[in-house]
Amino acid sequence: MRRVATRDRSTAGVPAALGVLLLAVLFLLAVPGTARAAVAGCVADAATGCINGTIRTADQQPAVGVVLDVEGPGGSTQATTDAEGRWTAAVTEAGEYTVTLDETTLPAGESLRDPAQNPRTVTVALGSSTGALFPLGAPADAGGGSDEDPDAAPDPESTAPADSAGEVGAPVGSSDTGSFSWGRLAQQASSGLVFGVLLALASVGLSLIYGTTGLSNFAHGEQVTLGAIVAYLAVQSFGLPLLVAGVVAVVVGAASGWLQDAGIWHPLRKRRVGTTQQMIVTIGLSMALQYTYQFFFGGGALRIVTTTPTMVTLGPVRISATSLWSLLIAAVVLAGVAYFLLGTRVGRATRAVSDNPALAAASGITVERVVRLVWVLGAALAALGGVLMGLYLNATSWNMGGALLLLMFAAVTLGGLGQAFGALAGSIVIGLVVEMSNLVIPSDMRYAGALLILILVLLLRPQGILGRAERIG
Amino acid sequence: MDWSRILVNVAGEIFAPTTAAYALAAIGLNVHFGLTGLLNMGQAGFMLLGAYGFAISTIAGWPLWAAVLVAIACAAAFGLLLGIPTLKLRGDYLAIVTIAAAEIVRLVGRSTALTELTGASSGLRGNSYKDTFQDASPFPDGTFALGPFEYSMNASNSWWVRIVGWAVVALACLLIWLLIRSPWGRVLKGIREDEDAVRSLGKNVYSYKMQALVLGGVIGAVAGIIYVLPRAVQPDSMGRPMTFFIWTILLLGGAATVFGPVLGSIIFWVSLMLIKSVMRAGVPESVMRTEQIEQFGWIIVGVTLMLLVIFRPQGILGDKKELAIDVR
Repeated sequence: MRRVATRDRSTAGVPAALGVLLLAVLFLLAVPGTARAAVAGCVADAATGCINGTIRTADQQPAVGVVLDVEGPGGSTQATTDAEGRWTAAVTEAGEYTVTLDETTLPAGESLRDPAQNPRTVTVALGSSTGALFPLGAPADAGGGSDEDPDAAPDPESTAPADSAGEVGAPVGSSDTGSFSWGRLAQQASSGLVFGVLLALASVGLSLIYGTTGLSNFAHGEQVTLGAIVAYLAVQSFGLPLLVAGVVAVVVGAASGWLQDAGIWHPLRKRRVGTTQQMIVTIGLSMALQYTYQFFFGGGALRIVTTTPTMVTLGPVRISATSLWSLLIAAVVLAGVAYFLLGTRVGRATRAVSDNPALAAASGITVERVVRLVWVLGAALAALGGVLMGLYLNATSWNMGGALLLLMFAAVTLGGLGQAFGALAGSIVIGLVVEMSNLVIPSDMRYAGALLILILVLLLRPQGILGRAERIG
Repeated sequence: MDWSRILVNVAGEIFAPTTAAYALAAIGLNVHFGLTGLLNMGQAGFMLLGAYGFAISTIAGWPLWAAVLVAIACAAAFGLLLGIPTLKLRGDYLAIVTIAAAEIVRLVGRSTALTELTGASSGLRGNSYKDTFQDASPFPDGTFALGPFEYSMNASNSWWVRIVGWAVVALACLLIWLLIRSPWGRVLKGIREDEDAVRSLGKNVYSYKMQALVLGGVIGAVAGIIYVLPRAVQPDSMGRPMTFFIWTILLLGGAATVFGPVLGSIIFWVSLMLIKSVMRAGVPESVMRTEQIEQFGWIIVGVTLMLLVIFRPQGILGDKKELAIDVR
């Protein structure tokens, strides 16, 4: 059973530590003075026009990290090509825009095929996407080749596989460029709220599992991915309607939770394998599952729904209809979980096990049955979170859960490890931080901001917002 | 199936620079986990910081020794920063914080805001920081063949990297051997076994843990330099999977032993190479595509890690009595 945590022994040195860490934060925040907007999904609608393109090198490989300046009546923004060489810039006014490619950011050895076409002017209309193409390659009159050093290419035999890009897609309606404005603040706050509530679906399970078994489940992210991938399969391969696909995903998720506990964790607990050992097992499991997903579904983005989302305008905030529905579903489900924990006998038993497994067992609660139930519930919630998150982020992929896992841990730690309601509160805070940090730091660093919060929380209030001080050591 | 080519490739992994780099990183993790019992899940972060520190200061025109010192200083500072909030907390908190901190390093490194410095997600090209290291080589240029193994003398994936890499690994092994036998090492082991007992003897547990964290992190940073010398600094190739491979290597060879990490690294890379080359030659394209073979290899690694921890947590060389993986 769970071992009782040892107490925090000393708080000396905390102020000094705080100072050092604050410096680190300031450093992190101060560095991106030249904040550039990264590629975000730009959805053309009545108030937005998109300029986009794909830049490929002479041998048709995507050119990553190329910077483009867009200037026109709606102000000026910057765009950078992503891992597929794509770039997008959103503009809010129609008119003539000048797109300038920064040639110093081209991959080494690459040049524009027609330098006279840079900068080029495009006419943008609201509600539509306009392409601006910059072909790379040797100019027509010179047969220059690339001077890439063949040795610079990593040998494929012994290189670690590329890790997750850090984030999967970008939420619909999340504005990504321009400077501070109240409208943008509201927009980001609403995105953050949606993101946080969806994150909560996944983290509540993580927190319940930790509470009842003491296990930090590093494979929980893969339960989230599982939900999203099952929904993708159901919609795209079997042609089921989205709602049915969501139900199927949740059922499959619940079944996988049952199977995991029955097949791995219950036997391990019976063997009295320590929770740290089990934690390393979850890491192995997470790795095996991630690459299994990649094995079958490849490394690209999988879009559960391929239609362009309809946008709804609520006051200053534009939000997709899907996000609104997701928010509603998540809120109802979370309310259901709360009722289950507070209002039902089994729920009270769960909380009792969470508080003290030995005492719960002594008072006649079948601890193993409660733990099994928690695994099923946690995995089902994670699967639902995965489906909704896949819709919210516009796409899913084999590592979506892995990228979200640390945010879930941040949320769970923030709320107090093992506290189901803490996980809910923590998730919303983390969601808001992730989305609103866009306002001050470049959006490709926004997950880093949330992880920094995790570290700060452990420094200042390791028991979390709702945790009790004696819970942790 | 061309067995001789496969065998040469597989045998080449025994002394490849990557194997040396992972062995060294695992030695660093051994100081954390094997000796002190710290659950550092962010060893790749130390390596990435070391690699950035070395590459960026070399690009800025610093000499070789200064660049290595910068890498070491980065890792030491990172270790201090991580240790201050977490070393007083329970073990799994350190795990979560280190994994998060390593992700922060990677996310900041690949951010487009730092493109001038870190090259963002495409990273830093190898040729931009290899010169000082290659100029330090006493060997003439050209290639050299030892039996079936032919590599260039100095450039990139060279004999020079191999010699330096394995010499550093040997030095690190010697250091660990001396440390395990020293009074300092005995205190670390005491902390691993029973922190309160050591504290009751009047030792400053926090300070010892901090020293171990910094030392292991510095070894990790040097491993990071060796890892990037034959290739490029790619933040995305030095993320969480890398940490997990290092853990697999350490647990495979045996934590808390001197040669465990080295043996683990050799077995890990040799068997991975063997499985992948045999499958590439033997499995038809219609059954499994080439990139699927790659992923299949990583699935095997994940399953190996699970089975190892459950059935043989002490690894090949370890002593089960000495190693009790558990929360403290």
